[in-house]
Amino acid sequence: MLDTNAFDLRKYISRNPQSFAVWIALALLILFGLIRYENFGGAYNITSFLNYNSMFIIISVGMCFVIMTGGIDLSVGSVAAFTSVVAAYLSPYGIEVALPGAVLAGVCFGAINAFSVVILRIPPFIATLATMLGAKGGALVISGAQTISVDWGSNFTKMGMEKALNILPWSIVVVGFVVIVLWVVLEKTTLGRTVLAIGGGEDASVLMGLKVNRATAFVYLLSGGCAGLAGVILASGFGAGQPLEGIGWELSAIASVVVGGTLLTGGFGSVTATVVGALLLGLVFNILNFENGKGTISFSAYWQMVIRGGFLFAVILFQAKVNAGRSVGKTQS
Amino acid sequence: MSTKETEIQIGNVKNRDWGKFLRSNGGVLALIVIVLFNIAFTPNFLQMQTLFVNISQVATIAIVAMGMTLVIATGGIDLSVGAIMALAGALAPLIFSSEFGQAYPTLGIIAAIALPLAAAVFCGLFNGLLIANLKVQPIIATLIFFISGRGIAQVLTNGNLQTFSNPSFSYLGTGKILGLPFQGWLALAIAIALYFVVTRTTFGRYILAIGGNERAAELAGGPVKRVKIGVYMICGVLSGLAGLIVVAINSASDAARNGNLMELDAIAAAVVGGALLQGGRAPIFGAILGAVIIQLVKYTLLANGIEDEVALIAKAVIILAAVYIQQARKE
Amino acid sequence: MTQLLSMSGINKAFAGISALSDASLEIEPGEVHALIGQNGAGKSTLIKILTGVYRRDNGVVHFNGLDSTISSPREAQEARIATIYQELNLVPLRSVTENVMMGYEPKFFGVFIDWQSAHKRTEEILARFGIDIDVRAPLGSYSTAIQQLVAIARAVSLNARLVIMDEPTSSLDTSEVEVLFGVVKGLKEAGVSVLYVSHFLDELFEICDRVTTMRDGKTVDCRNIAGTSKLELIAGMLGRDVGEIEQSGMTEFNGGAKGLEKGEILITAEGVSTGPRLNDFDMTLHRGEIIGLGGLLGAGRTEVARAIFGVDRLVKGRLDVKGGTGNLDTPAAAITSGVGFLTEDRKAEGIIPDMSVRENLTLALLPKLKKFGQIDRAREKELVDHFIKALGIKTSDMEQPIRELSGGNQQKVLLARWLAINPDVLILDEPTRGVDVGAKREIQSIIREAVENGVGVILISSEFEEIVEGADRIIVLNEGRIVSELENPGITEEVLVRALAQTSEQTA
Repeated sequence: MLDTNAFDLRKYISRNPQSFAVWIALALLILFGLIRYENFGGAYNITSFLNYNSMFIIISVGMCFVIMTGGIDLSVGSVAAFTSVVAAYLSPYGIEVALPGAVLAGVCFGAINAFSVVILRIPPFIATLATMLGAKGGALVISGAQTISVDWGSNFTKMGMEKALNILPWSIVVVGFVVIVLWVVLEKTTLGRTVLAIGGGEDASVLMGLKVNRATAFVYLLSGGCAGLAGVILASGFGAGQPLEGIGWELSAIASVVVGGTLLTGGFGSVTATVVGALLLGLVFNILNFENGKGTISFSAYWQMVIRGGFLFAVILFQAKVNAGRSVGKTQS
Repeated sequence: MSTKETEIQIGNVKNRDWGKFLRSNGGVLALIVIVLFNIAFTPNFLQMQTLFVNISQVATIAIVAMGMTLVIATGGIDLSVGAIMALAGALAPLIFSSEFGQAYPTLGIIAAIALPLAAAVFCGLFNGLLIANLKVQPIIATLIFFISGRGIAQVLTNGNLQTFSNPSFSYLGTGKILGLPFQGWLALAIAIALYFVVTRTTFGRYILAIGGNERAAELAGGPVKRVKIGVYMICGVLSGLAGLIVVAINSASDAARNGNLMELDAIAAAVVGGALLQGGRAPIFGAILGAVIIQLVKYTLLANGIEDEVALIAKAVIILAAVYIQQARKE
Repeated sequence: MTQLLSMSGINKAFAGISALSDASLEIEPGEVHALIGQNGAGKSTLIKILTGVYRRDNGVVHFNGLDSTISSPREAQEARIATIYQELNLVPLRSVTENVMMGYEPKFFGVFIDWQSAHKRTEEILARFGIDIDVRAPLGSYSTAIQQLVAIARAVSLNARLVIMDEPTSSLDTSEVEVLFGVVKGLKEAGVSVLYVSHFLDELFEICDRVTTMRDGKTVDCRNIAGTSKLELIAGMLGRDVGEIEQSGMTEFNGGAKGLEKGEILITAEGVSTGPRLNDFDMTLHRGEIIGLGGLLGAGRTEVARAIFGVDRLVKGRLDVKGGTGNLDTPAAAITSGVGFLTEDRKAEGIIPDMSVRENLTLALLPKLKKFGQIDRAREKELVDHFIKALGIKTSDMEQPIRELSGGNQQKVLLARWLAINPDVLILDEPTRGVDVGAKREIQSIIREAVENGVGVILISSEFEEIVEGADRIIVLNEGRIVSELENPGITEEVLVRALAQTSEQTA
């Protein structure tokens, strides 16, 4: 086994056919966009694209961890709305306070989910649906059902409106940093591997002596925290806390995660593929916007959800097939 | 695992255990408490008008909750009910306001009811096929329409609020029989029919058997796939019907709002009514009781000047509590 | 010599039903200790109590000279007890390396997993088992045998003082078993104790020092394996003296010996294969006949039942039921052609716990009870009433949930479920497992009556006297193949035990 260090592309493809397909699709879409639209590669489009999609990338990555354990978190959209209001209220103290404060608020909702799922043993989708309602109600209560303007005088709006070193938006820099940290957690730590093992077989993981409850709690806290960060970016980018935002975000996140090849039943998934999945979905809508601009088609914004559902359907069919193939392989061996 | 089992008869033991009592009668108790509270504190509670308002509101929740109860009885879940409501609700005005519908009003009305319901049945069939044949987990299979169903409705209507004036269609939501809202009678009729299905037909028996022990039901020759597909189709058509009623009440169809968060209300009503998420129980009238409780909680908070937002939080707490209590029952 | 492990007076009950009563186990350092017993004797439960999966109701456990407080698998591992469970406790979706190293990965700075050396270590560990595979690939992409060896490799690599192996060889071939034995011997030389659970008795003579026998949740015997015969071990598991085995008359069956004329042919199986666990199976079942299937766990007995009942697809061969070329590809189709299948696992595959006795009893009959889409409730009640009386089912009334009945009465309800369809063929998989003596006899006489009425029965039972006295013929299976056929009259338990002993000798 001399070549074990070398990256074997063929093996990568055969093991992650879907992740590979997503990379190719992303590259093709970018190429298509660059050729077809004049402003596609322009600084404005790239900046606004990254700024907007940084929120979806971060909640998708949080969701990815939850789904890898075989769970689901439907509360991320409402939690992001709630934390955007928190961030707006904290904005006069600057981003140094507003950011950790809002993330902490998100983690608190994550803690409620973790408590319901791990301690009360309530099925994840029910537990997080309830939190979704609670966070939505909470956001409306603390904001009085109004958008809450941020303090423009502080450095808070930098996050969503300015660029680091004049190259990349701060939002994507922060999100990128968090994503890298989470990639390391997943790939390089026992905690990350435990997350994957739980989804692959919770009973087996317990018998292996893994700290299953701790890892399960961790993913819900993480998902809450990621939603919190998305809330900060939301408030900062739009200059206001948005208690009514976040509807359907959980669905976008789930779609990104599964498009990236993470198994909905858990046990298999990747942070990078999820990011690519989120970018791919974002790009589809970006390109649709350009097409609308050209006047060749007139897709309303409402197509977004239909297309997301279509993506989810395609991926479910694909995964059902892969799973069937896997179980056949097992009985034959 | 088990070895020799000794003869034990646990049955029919009188239990004075309060927890158990609460679990089996919690719904009724909650209802009594809410009603008493309202009589004491809510102004004008004991008036016919209050009853009408609540019946017309509760009917849609109850109709969907009954479908949800059947799905949950097989051990499944249907998140797409709200989206199917929006879809059916968007289709109806499109049909009776079309040229065809204007030219042949009677046929138009029939089509405006039949076609949306057919679409709703199709959505249920789609869910059922994914779940029964491709073995996709119910929560994920129904997520597809949960995401895209409302989107399709909005695409069809271009996101516009469709207002209309069509008395014969509006009868669905505003008509009265013996002075009580038509949809209340409709919900009652559906409940009786479904109760009959659950208790008297082989289909109903198989629903409970599948939820109770799917493997055993299959080995006893039960048509597991067909029954599963069947319950999702029933749940679909009931959701479609509820969507039509909401449109009829408002004389307007708003794809963005019709049935929004209905999946939550329906699941909550089913669970409060005594359905077990693991399956095996289909308390049809329990679903109505659950729907009444959910509606009354909403009404109580509203009537006492508590903000809508707080009502959301209250609902979240009810759902968690009900599921937790039902969960404990099983263990 | 001080004991490494001593468990004594262990009791454990599940939902009021006793699984272990006064069980005990002692293991010396550096000893390979065998644990044997029939299915349901309590071996797995005892092991799970030791490793903290279950909590014991009472009893004492000393490990390594200390009072053991192990209450989770994690703590068992920390106490250096490594276990390979019968159901593989691995994660097939994850890589081989992860499955071996999970929780004990080599790390940089104590935080970041060093995958380079993790892969390398895994390769080294597996090399001891003669396995050279891509350790980065998902475990599920390899055969069950390799997965089994990976599970063993993980346990061995944990630097344990006691390694527990629950049926480690059930999916290994001869050369792989040799490798495993080499590893076990290596462990022994290094002073590690091994608790070895296996149905393959010949293996025990090869590698074990002592053997503990369990029966009905109790420890009944512990002896040195040298100087013990296989017949003695089997007799111990069954709870008989060697001499007693030759006597008969212990069941309600006295058929077999009657040698009546054979009725019409109900089932013909020719060269039936459904996969690795059932190969080239031939059988002819006549009306009014009981065919017993003999064999130890995993011999392919249940697979025969599943093939006939349309649960498993045929890969090869022909299976005709009542003259029709039996394309029975679903249980529903099998039931329509008059086949009933009383499954082995009553809880998982038989009862619907929350449903009433009535609903459970008529479940297979529903298609025939349908009248205009409705259930004919009058006829249903009449039938249920009839069976409750005829089979002596003890229930307060027919509406009582079946979970509240005793095991024996649950089993009678399930038997009635199949008798109600008026079957031509009844497949009975362990019909008297987990029921008390009285109910056992009643169930046996119900079966006899059905046979006298012309039903053809395929009987699978680990209670040897049941098939010895009940069956007209016994087909003895081993590893999915027929190894011999015995004809009644003339079968005694001794003959059957010898036939089984022979088969395992041939293959070991």
